[in-house]
Amino acid sequence: MSKKPTKHHQPDTTGHSWDGIEEYNNPLPRWWLWSFYATIIWGIGYSIAMPAWPLLNGATPGLLGSSTRANVQAEIDRYAAANKPIEEKLVATDLTQIANDPELASFTQNAGAAVYRTWCAQCHGAGAGGNDRLGYPNLLDSDWLWGGSIEDIYLTVAHGIRNDEDDDARYSQMPAFGRDELLDDTQIAQVVQHVRKISGQEYDAALEAEGAVVFADNCASCHMEDGTGDRAQGAPNLTDAIWLYGGDVDALTYTVANARFGVMPSWSFAPEGGEQRLSEAEIRAVAAYVHGLGGGE
Amino acid sequence: MWDYFKLIALGLVAVLAAIAANYARDLAYMVNAIEVMLAAAIAFIWVLRTMGSAPAPQNEYFDDVVRAGVIATTFWGVVGFLVAVIIAFQLAYPVLNFEWAQGYLNFGKLRPLHTSAVIFAFGGNALIASSFYVVQRTSAARLFGGGLGWFVFWGYQLVIVLAATGYILGATQSKEYAEPEWYVDLWLTIVWVFYLVAFLGTIIKRKEPHIYVANWFYLSFIVTIAMLHIVNNLAIPVSIFGSKSVQVFAGVQDAMTQWWYGHNAVGFFLTSGFLGMMYYFVPKQAERPVYSYKLSIVHFWALIFLYIWAGPHHLHYTALPDWASTLGMVMSVILWMPSWGGMINGLMTLSGAWDKLRTDPVIRMMVVSIGFYGMSTFEGPMMSIKAVNSLSHYTDWTIGHVHSGALGWNGMITFGALYFLVPRLWARERLYSNTLVSWHFWLATIGIVLYASAMWVTGIMEGLMWREVDSQGFLVNAFADTVAAKHPMYVVRALGGVLYLVGSMIMAYNLWATVAKQPRVAAASVAAVPAE
Repeated sequence: MSKKPTKHHQPDTTGHSWDGIEEYNNPLPRWWLWSFYATIIWGIGYSIAMPAWPLLNGATPGLLGSSTRANVQAEIDRYAAANKPIEEKLVATDLTQIANDPELASFTQNAGAAVYRTWCAQCHGAGAGGNDRLGYPNLLDSDWLWGGSIEDIYLTVAHGIRNDEDDDARYSQMPAFGRDELLDDTQIAQVVQHVRKISGQEYDAALEAEGAVVFADNCASCHMEDGTGDRAQGAPNLTDAIWLYGGDVDALTYTVANARFGVMPSWSFAPEGGEQRLSEAEIRAVAAYVHGLGGGE
Repeated sequence: MWDYFKLIALGLVAVLAAIAANYARDLAYMVNAIEVMLAAAIAFIWVLRTMGSAPAPQNEYFDDVVRAGVIATTFWGVVGFLVAVIIAFQLAYPVLNFEWAQGYLNFGKLRPLHTSAVIFAFGGNALIASSFYVVQRTSAARLFGGGLGWFVFWGYQLVIVLAATGYILGATQSKEYAEPEWYVDLWLTIVWVFYLVAFLGTIIKRKEPHIYVANWFYLSFIVTIAMLHIVNNLAIPVSIFGSKSVQVFAGVQDAMTQWWYGHNAVGFFLTSGFLGMMYYFVPKQAERPVYSYKLSIVHFWALIFLYIWAGPHHLHYTALPDWASTLGMVMSVILWMPSWGGMINGLMTLSGAWDKLRTDPVIRMMVVSIGFYGMSTFEGPMMSIKAVNSLSHYTDWTIGHVHSGALGWNGMITFGALYFLVPRLWARERLYSNTLVSWHFWLATIGIVLYASAMWVTGIMEGLMWREVDSQGFLVNAFADTVAAKHPMYVVRALGGVLYLVGSMIMAYNLWATVAKQPRVAAASVAAVPAE
């Protein structure tokens, strides 16, 4: 190492002055200049190795022949190939037998959870607890609108509910008793109190007596005389404490007056010429996953 | 005669704006048209009342407009930081997106309001005001164009008001940092051309033999922003009486144009322009010569040559072809040293004056500002590398990066410039309180550190969570899981923002008190004379 000069040599200024500001003319710092050169040389090398310079048709492909699209396709293909045998087995196995096959049970647990987190969690919640403010059903409990067997869950996932993109979608519609003037306000208030009673909540006895009649005349055909509902039509059980849109007087009044119309997409839907939103194996996997969450029948 | 022409033009604008408001097809357009009408009417009255008054002395600097610019910078700064804190808390606590304010004050509406307020209202005013001050001082000439400076200043404020009210009412092109709709873009173009005329005119009539380095940077900023603004905002209005327009570019071409604009808004607005600021205020405050003339030339040309290529690094792993992605990355990495050239020149200018760090909080602010500039111009090239970007892209790391640059570099250098300018512009001996400057310095610095580190943690965390797959290739985390995991860091970020906001309010008070409570000294030199 050479001796450091004890006093830094300060070069002269350029001789310019603006509003009292002068300038030294120090040389470019060596480390700065060499780092700059190094990045330039690296840049030239990198742009020779990778696709970089545009030409009239296309661009220079680069010596390494790298392609981000090819890379991601290779990664997808690798997993697809690895999972192909078990996916074929999943499609070929009867839905009810999935849980009995340890290999399939383990696979659907992982694959179904991944499908669920990607496509279902937006509405039903990351923990599958649903959202009773916006009317997305809880999938953890044993209360099922359209049935909780694995076949029922499979059909619901595959075709969805009340959508207009799949002819096999589950479909039913409650009348808007208030909006369409099927019942007047008094009758709605009465029937709401009856629903409060059968669901085990506090109620107004005077109104409820009339409400029971209104219920029998207007609601029992779908929700059954005892209010336990009918899964064939997706008519909810009104006697349990589980509510999709809330069980307080305001929410019930709104439901009776305007009805609800919960929609779920069809996951087997395929645009013309395109692939299904979810493959058959994915639909089966997520059905098995949801079935296994705790409420499956 | 000229005044009569102005009156006719302003009257015409007011009438046309009233007609436009009447035929407006949407609320945003109508409110904007009424704002234009009011602005034209106020300008009309102002011209009418000042007609025939004696013209300003031509041998003095035009400082009125700089004073107005300093006030506007301070005001928009506090407003922008306040909106920032609100949206930071909205992210941490979504319940603050109140039901009653849906469609007006929810995060989606306020976010562009925040970015535009801090970049274009706060940063833009700081650049316009400081460039007018610097170009006059370093050219030893009064600002060119008579009252043109006023047109630029008020025209720019009108852009801000039109854009802000437009966003809230739903007028947006949905292009980041280029949200204002077609008529605001047209008006800004006019204002910007006259800004160039005023600035360039002053340089042309300068009495100094050379053009000072700060002015190169300011000029490259003004010219390039004009080009970027015009190309990125090419659009066809659906109706002359409506705010909606359709972009000329589509698909990946549109995305590329947008990020060519977007990255150079960073490169030329937030870097080049603010380097101009640094090159004047740092040597002035330190009372030291600039470290290296040679370095300033080399890093200036390298910087403006390289920045313009860097946009594609915002579009790695998208529909953008690989070759464009490679070029964007390569140019971004080569840009590292040219960016650091500015940092070296700024920091080394202080050599021989390091003791001032102890005694002068304004210098301290400038040094930290240059430090953050160096840090974020290292972080930027690093994040542009595809492998790093595959982790950092779309995460909060990007937000942290932007803010260490914006709060650290742009904010702090602007605060330094404001502390320098106010005593001189209002002829006060010194600032009201250096203690308050120290408070501002520490609050802002700690605020930035909290902000940036919270965003690094949450950004890298969510990047890792997003890409996590199990042995069978299935994603491990739901998006909602990543959102839930970020909550604590979002609270820390919002608290960092609060510190920064409080610091800026202390500055606003200190600047006001400097003018209001400090005795006036014999007028500082306002006569335009060459330094030699």
